[in-house]
Amino acid sequence: MAFNYDAYLRVEKMPTLWCWGCGDGVILKATIRAIKKMGWDMDEVCVISGIGCSGRFSSYIDCNTIHTTHGRTIAYATGVKLANPHAKVIVVAGDGDGLAIGGNHTIHGCRRNIDMNFILINNFIYGLTNSQTSPTTPQGMWTVSQKAGNIDPTFDACKLAIGAGASFVARESMLDPKKLEKVLVKGFQHKGFSFMDILSNCHINLGRKNKMVSAMDNLKWIDGITLPLKKWEALSEEEQLNIFPTGVLRQVEQDEYTEMYAKIIASHRDGAPKITQDDFKKKI
Amino acid sequence: MAFDKMELGDIEVWDGNFAAAQALRQSQVDVVAAYPITPSTPIVEGYAKFLADGYVEGEFVMVESEHAAMSGCIGASAAGGRVATATSSQGFALMVETLYQASGMRLPIVLNVVNRALAAPLNVNGDHSDMYLGRDSGWIQFDAYSPQEAYDLNFIAFRVSEDHDVRLPAMVHQDGFMTSHTAQGVKTMSDDTAYGFVGDFKPMNDMLDFEHPVTHGVQTEEDWHFEHKARQHNDLMTKVFPKVQAAFDDFEKLTGRKYNIVESYDMDDADVTVLCMGTSVETAREVAKEMRAKGIKAGVIGIRVFRPFPFEQLKAALKGVKAIATLDRSSPNGTPGALFNEIAGALYNTDDRALLSGYIYGLGGRDLTKAQLVDLYTELQANVDAGKVTTQLQQFIGVRGPKLAFL
Repeated sequence: MAFNYDAYLRVEKMPTLWCWGCGDGVILKATIRAIKKMGWDMDEVCVISGIGCSGRFSSYIDCNTIHTTHGRTIAYATGVKLANPHAKVIVVAGDGDGLAIGGNHTIHGCRRNIDMNFILINNFIYGLTNSQTSPTTPQGMWTVSQKAGNIDPTFDACKLAIGAGASFVARESMLDPKKLEKVLVKGFQHKGFSFMDILSNCHINLGRKNKMVSAMDNLKWIDGITLPLKKWEALSEEEQLNIFPTGVLRQVEQDEYTEMYAKIIASHRDGAPKITQDDFKKKI
Repeated sequence: MAFDKMELGDIEVWDGNFAAAQALRQSQVDVVAAYPITPSTPIVEGYAKFLADGYVEGEFVMVESEHAAMSGCIGASAAGGRVATATSSQGFALMVETLYQASGMRLPIVLNVVNRALAAPLNVNGDHSDMYLGRDSGWIQFDAYSPQEAYDLNFIAFRVSEDHDVRLPAMVHQDGFMTSHTAQGVKTMSDDTAYGFVGDFKPMNDMLDFEHPVTHGVQTEEDWHFEHKARQHNDLMTKVFPKVQAAFDDFEKLTGRKYNIVESYDMDDADVTVLCMGTSVETAREVAKEMRAKGIKAGVIGIRVFRPFPFEQLKAALKGVKAIATLDRSSPNGTPGALFNEIAGALYNTDDRALLSGYIYGLGGRDLTKAQLVDLYTELQANVDAGKVTTQLQQFIGVRGPKLAFL
């Protein structure tokens, strides 16, 4: 039987305002299938989204949702998770949302290793406001804010997340929805901050202006700049420069923030021992 | 200079955003630091295009947030450049911390604010919530009702803001979508005429003058903070209006287009008047004419300069009026509307206090219709006939559900 997405969607909000051929719908559907795979009750799930095309996630998915201000998704989500550590928190943000205006929160979400699932929908452009340079816009591409070509160096979001201490970091694109679903499930299963850089197309506001007029052209370009981690590792350093490795790039077990916070509460409330440096493997 | 001039027709068909972008080009703004937000994005996008095409000599910086945008503008202005940017709504709200920095440092930045509602609920359409949010920030606030005015007021804003007796940043407001995305005929100035009106940027206390190093934004506690703020307020109260009036006068000589700190329409013998801002002024003007045909002496007051607030000019403009309705396009959230309060303050100590009632309308881009304004004028006339306000002091226009009225 075909998967019944309607049970997970606010069908009265359909059709979406996403452009024809947009990858955001593929990611939304993969997210829903991953939630189903996890066996989560939608009443326990909280989807928190920011501003931009990806922000519409919280309008369409039928669970607890917050549509926040631009860039502050992780800050809102941290509040949700601390207040209710049992909530299954999924944060959805775009590349501008998560890496520019909200980059600070992304760094500290990763660092705290708070148990939430951060889906970065990375379409390499500010799409909703019509094609301004974002932190992931490739150098040399044309945008309406850099009409002589983008000179800003491109951000590698996963390297940032690894550097900031996220305990689960993965990259996938929306090209293979099955694979995407699997990576999302892995991220959802992981306890700690799961950072998932999901490459998506914006043929309307990136593609049309950069010789990728159709969605297919844009998808082919994404295909050309991605390679599974194992194959990527076999490339020379020079070849690696322009290819993003995909799959799970890092997964380690680390102290989870809300659990540590529960210990603090216990030490105050129930007289449990206070936390000291001895409680941590890494002390400085 | 290393840029090309642009040939413009006497009248161009521009929306408010493009008109503002053209004004930034013709003023030869040195630095624009910007972050995109609907509906103001095309203003900075327009500047970026003029820059890429060689029509302006300057720098465009795409930054990480509106907070960073205004911070970049402050840096560039402190360094000694002509600086401008644009924003709306949430972006404006994020800028607020830096707005106070800009005005406190007395930096003449011009900010185009394309008015839009503030979330939550999220809404991209026009109301005056963001304009009201900026009203205590120490900036001069000009309000444009049309693309023509968005174009003209930018030049006036640079001229006043950069004046060495003023040195205060200025906002040029226009209504989101209703002005920003509505194309109309705009009478243009040639590049030379426009630049001649604004004039070369004359730096003051700039950080690029290495012979005279300066510091901006130093810490002052209870010893000096009060004096700084008092001086700033003093200059807003006493120095801005004479310079605005002079700029309006010069602009009229140059273009024939006359602006006033308070715009009065059909006010000479008006009994009843609507007082509002933005695109509603034009709608109210039409309705006032129709009311006059029906025998009601109706007038309209439009606020052109919202900050500093034109107390004296309004007192004069409202002399002899019997009933006034203030129209506030921002959720008052627990008080009468801002215009209601300001007008009440202006008229309280005068001898002929008109009957004053306040109305909240148009939130989130809800239309204000002519029919609603007809009802409004009729209500005002009823107040005049009864010699008292016959309704509650605060009412909501055009909101669904049971009638909302308070006070």
